[in-house]
Amino acid sequence: MKVAVCIKQVPAKDAPLQITDSGAWIRETDIGFEMNEPDSFALEEALRLKEKHGGEVVALSMGPQRTKQVIKEALAKGADRGIHLEDDKFFLLDPLSSAKSIAAALKKDNFDLILTGLQSDDQGFGQTGVLLAELLGLAHATIIMQIELQGQRLKLKRELESGWFQWVELPLPAVLTIQSGINKVRYASLKGIMAAKKKEIAVIMRESLGIAGEPTQRVERIYVPQKAKRTEFIDGSPKEAAAKLLEKLRHEARVL
Amino acid sequence: MKILVITEQREGKWNPVGFETLVAAQQIAATQTGSRVTPAVIGKDVRGLAEELAANQVAEVLLVEHDLLKRYTPDGFAIALRQAIAQLQPDLILLPHTYQVRDYAPKLAASLDKGMIADCVGYRAEKERIVFVRQMFQGKTAADVTFIGAPPWFVSFQAGAFRGDQVSRGATRAPITAIKTDLRPEQIRTTPLELFREAKQAVDLTQAPILVAVGRGIKAPENIPLAAKLAKLMGGELAASRPICDEGWLPMDRQIGSSGQTVAPKLYLALGISGAIQHVVGMKGSRTIVAINKDQNAPIFEVADYGIVGDIFELIPALTEALEKTK
Ligand SMILES: Cc1cc2nc3c(=O)[nH]c(=O)nc-3n(C[C@H](O)[C@H](O)[C@H](O)COP(=O)(O)OP(=O)(O)OC[C@H]3O[C@@H](n4cnc5c(N)ncnc54)[C@H](O)[C@@H]3O)c2cc1C
Repeated sequence: MKVAVCIKQVPAKDAPLQITDSGAWIRETDIGFEMNEPDSFALEEALRLKEKHGGEVVALSMGPQRTKQVIKEALAKGADRGIHLEDDKFFLLDPLSSAKSIAAALKKDNFDLILTGLQSDDQGFGQTGVLLAELLGLAHATIIMQIELQGQRLKLKRELESGWFQWVELPLPAVLTIQSGINKVRYASLKGIMAAKKKEIAVIMRESLGIAGEPTQRVERIYVPQKAKRTEFIDGSPKEAAAKLLEKLRHEARVL
Repeated sequence: MKILVITEQREGKWNPVGFETLVAAQQIAATQTGSRVTPAVIGKDVRGLAEELAANQVAEVLLVEHDLLKRYTPDGFAIALRQAIAQLQPDLILLPHTYQVRDYAPKLAASLDKGMIADCVGYRAEKERIVFVRQMFQGKTAADVTFIGAPPWFVSFQAGAFRGDQVSRGATRAPITAIKTDLRPEQIRTTPLELFREAKQAVDLTQAPILVAVGRGIKAPENIPLAAKLAKLMGGELAASRPICDEGWLPMDRQIGSSGQTVAPKLYLALGISGAIQHVVGMKGSRTIVAINKDQNAPIFEVADYGIVGDIFELIPALTEALEKTK
């Protein structure tokens, strides 16, 4: 089975975010980046499918040069080769333009299965996988918590709201978006890291994909959101703060 | 402006978030001259639901019915709704940001080569355009987003962004228009099977008056007993954010949020929880919310009544000690 995993690189979870003066994006200097968490679960799922059923895992990432790091990480964990859509023209595209670029890059390879995380922790559009399916004419299912391969079909556990799930079946080839927590993600081994150095990463520029089309939407400005509630902050040493908080909960909020 | 609202039902029961989206449509319509709001209901044997919608202040109701729409599939819904859109020619298509909408709406929009601004929390009507507001960076920032190019434009609104009980009722009943839906079994690639709930519910957190909830800030399973002890002293139950349950540190029936429980205790103490929207929707109805987090910009403080910026490994022991003293 030939599996592609689409991986995004996003600012690290604990990175202090500072918005640029123009409000266009965050300051990228001085912060760390990491593999988008749901994508790391998608990668793990792809590696497990390969271990069970054989085939190839291809890690694709779109983004500036720094993005190469997550492809290398995927190769170190066991992906066979990488595709890097490395071009400034790929940066901060709208969801449809992003998906068109990725779809064009994936098209030639005829993958049996394309996996993505269900959304990214930075822009969080949550559309890429579904858009890829439509653009490539493939069946899809989203927010997947279990994958079973049954011949040329997949049996999938979809997560729904409020603790509900549903089994669905689909024919291959297909696109799935993977939910965090579907598996336990592995670490790269030292051997894996060494082996990754010899693996190929194909670099693709946007021109070469021959995609036309205007963006459908524009992010005008990002900013710190306004508070819905007025929070009363309690300060002091931990001991003082604890005492003050309990006092407030007992006598002001009257909930203790 | 013609606004189409796609409501959501399952087995004849409404998903109430659809009414929030209807309220959004009515409010946006009030800012634009000559606006018409048209809600649609999609499924099999859902005329009764269309009748219910017709009592609201809407121009008409679209009824999108077919045997193959009895159970949700992305192919079936996208094809049928494309036919409804072709007939109505709306400018703006509003949807509730549910799991189902996430599954088909981007596909539907892309099939028309149109974009979708998903998971919005609000909008601003400006002179010649509407600015949609959504979150980024898991709620740490907001973003203003606008459409480029010709309509139709697709927008989904997060649960809780509008109040469903503010829907305006109509003076007269709106007409119901049945859409001619042409759908064939071979167009539908997904086979939906049974719906089910996972684990046994060992605790019912919805009944607990006090919840002490831990997030990834708790760092390791060994630290959970610290929070458990505090919960006990406060007379409450232990709850958690999703990653804690994904890791298996606490069972899934203690998970609060969109894929877990929705609770509204009198006191919700969030320890080391960042406040991602999928968590917040499950607890923001709590009477008093206290957040302890070392990051003063954590989004959880946006919904907290009381906040302490600090280390939970200092504050949990301090609270425990203070409570033990007064016992
Ligand atoms: C479709 C979907 C459904 C989801 N459903 C749910 C759901 O039902 N419930 C849910 O909770 N999530 C859900 N999520 C996940 C959600 O988006 C977040 O990823 C999750 O809530 C984050 O959990 P957290 O706050 O514990 O972890 P993080 O976001 O990692 O936050 C940890 C926090 O702890 C703080 N911290 C760290 N150390 C300390 C310390 N020593 N002292 C004080 N503070 C500290 C940090 O500052 C940070 O704010 C869902 C996501 C999706 C996409």
